[in-house]
Amino acid sequence: MSKQNGEEEVLRLEGIRKSYNVGKPTTVEVLHGIDLTLKRSDFAALVGASGSGKSTLLNIVGLLDRPTSGELFLMGEGTRDMDDGRRTELRGDVIGFVFQFHHLIQAFTALENVLMPLMVRTGKPTREQIDRGRQLLAQVGLDGLEHRKPDELSGGQQQRVAVARALINRPALLLADEPTGNLDSKSAAEVFDLFRQFNREFGCAILLVTHDAHMSEQCDRTITMADGHIENDIF
Amino acid sequence: MAITTEWAIATKFLREGKAQSLLILVGIGLGVAVIVFLTALINGLQDNTIAKTLGTQAHIRVQPAVERNLIVPPPPGTTQLILEDKRAQRLRSINNWQQVRDILDQQPHITAVSPLISGPAFARRGEALESVALLGIDPERYQRIVNLRDAMVEGAFRIGADDALIGRQLATDLGIRVGDKLRLDGGQEREAVVNVAGIFELGVRELDARYVYLDMKQTQSLVDLPGAATIIDLTVEDIFEAEEVARRVARLTGLKAESWMETNSQLMNALRAQRLSTRMISVFVALSVALGIASVLSVSVVQRTREIGILRAMGTTRQQILRIFLIQGALFGLVGSIPGGLAGYGMIAAFNTLGPKLFFVPIDVGLLLSASSVATLTGIVAAALPARRAATLDPVEAISHV
Repeated sequence: MSKQNGEEEVLRLEGIRKSYNVGKPTTVEVLHGIDLTLKRSDFAALVGASGSGKSTLLNIVGLLDRPTSGELFLMGEGTRDMDDGRRTELRGDVIGFVFQFHHLIQAFTALENVLMPLMVRTGKPTREQIDRGRQLLAQVGLDGLEHRKPDELSGGQQQRVAVARALINRPALLLADEPTGNLDSKSAAEVFDLFRQFNREFGCAILLVTHDAHMSEQCDRTITMADGHIENDIF
Repeated sequence: MAITTEWAIATKFLREGKAQSLLILVGIGLGVAVIVFLTALINGLQDNTIAKTLGTQAHIRVQPAVERNLIVPPPPGTTQLILEDKRAQRLRSINNWQQVRDILDQQPHITAVSPLISGPAFARRGEALESVALLGIDPERYQRIVNLRDAMVEGAFRIGADDALIGRQLATDLGIRVGDKLRLDGGQEREAVVNVAGIFELGVRELDARYVYLDMKQTQSLVDLPGAATIIDLTVEDIFEAEEVARRVARLTGLKAESWMETNSQLMNALRAQRLSTRMISVFVALSVALGIASVLSVSVVQRTREIGILRAMGTTRQQILRIFLIQGALFGLVGSIPGGLAGYGMIAAFNTLGPKLFFVPIDVGLLLSASSVATLTGIVAAALPARRAATLDPVEAISHV
């Protein structure tokens, strides 16, 4: 997958609303009809005050949560009527996640963690897949550390393992929730550069939730949320 | 979707929580050891008790049907008032016992048929007088019911025209040695003098003090039933089928057939109660083991909530998460039961060599296999609830779980 197809639409949101406690007197709507489109070449920051609905939107886009109404198209496919199994499958195929806290699985080595998205879908990884895992680890600067356990790596290294893991399936869309929030500025810059690199090399759309103004300025596009609306969408 | 990944994750999870895993494995091992030891011990004890009981008696005893008063039914329209005395059950022969014997010889599930004639008599030597039970037997056939040959302690296993076998207690009571003469009095002037060819010891005091084994002819004349047999003793293939076989024999021959289970109903009750209590103990031990597994896995689900959320985000299905935890439960049961079962066998071996040596407990490999499979199954069942909880976790909440 390369960037020649950079105009391909990865994600389209149409009138996404999300309410909690539906049907109870405490019903609260946190997303009030979001429309948004992401293309393969997009490198977008999602910013906004806490409570503005960023994380909720990210969970919905990642198929981890369902909207109350509205439709979400991933790779042109409508997701409203999919059952949980199909959503899980699509999530594994199309989306890579990087979370604020690296979220590696402690029992496995760095390389095994990177290969995990493949292993949960196809079982034992092939020679080729293992090579690709090593290559990704080398690309994120962890050459030679493949067999370390997460607790034998620094915070920045762990987060880079998580980035490699998010990319092993060659996702069309990478979602990152404050991926550098927990890192020192040097590690944060390195992780950010990795995103930039993968966006260019693999044509992987990136949606990055961040509080860091310096980081959002470096993105190609900044989507600002306030009170469950998209307030601003600047290219 | 291959199971190898679930297996890899499950085993890694278990190895990571080493202390937890080891503790619960020790618990499972102890439980299995107790169950294996207890089951083997009680089975050994029961087999031993039954073998001892059946060593001196037939599995089924066939006798003439109980005699009843025959009453002519009253003509229609009349009322009959009856004052009836139950009939005394005199010693009677089984009608056509040779034919009955031959028919029973042909029956499936019956392994030995031994007709015999039995009646009361007095044994006399000098001034001493003992009441005895005469048993006129066909030695070849009788040997297949009660192993008399091996019970001989003095003299020879020989029964003939004038040769008799007596029990050790009777020999002591009358001061008789092998080769001595013994006078038998069947009442009403019927007397015989026999030669004591051998002395046996069956290990049951009452039998060793009363039984006198004779030739059938001799006994028939002593109890005044020429050509008769009063009892047919049977053994069957499966001793626990004796009841059923006895019912069939009774239907077939019209005679009274009583199984050892009926004759020894007290013993059967005791054995049944013992088996029930063993089973209860096993069930409760297994239950506490299962609860142990369930609670360890429940804690594990809570501890791993975030990792489960991550796995879900990476495309792991609910079914896979479910399997990961079911595999852990199964592994607990399987891995815990093997050393546990071996420890149980160690306890049996110790009991056999160091214990009171009242009886021998056989070591049954099948028991280990069934204990392991039951433990594995218990592990899976115990894991079901925590596994379901893990599988239904909301990924959003799971990922943000601290």
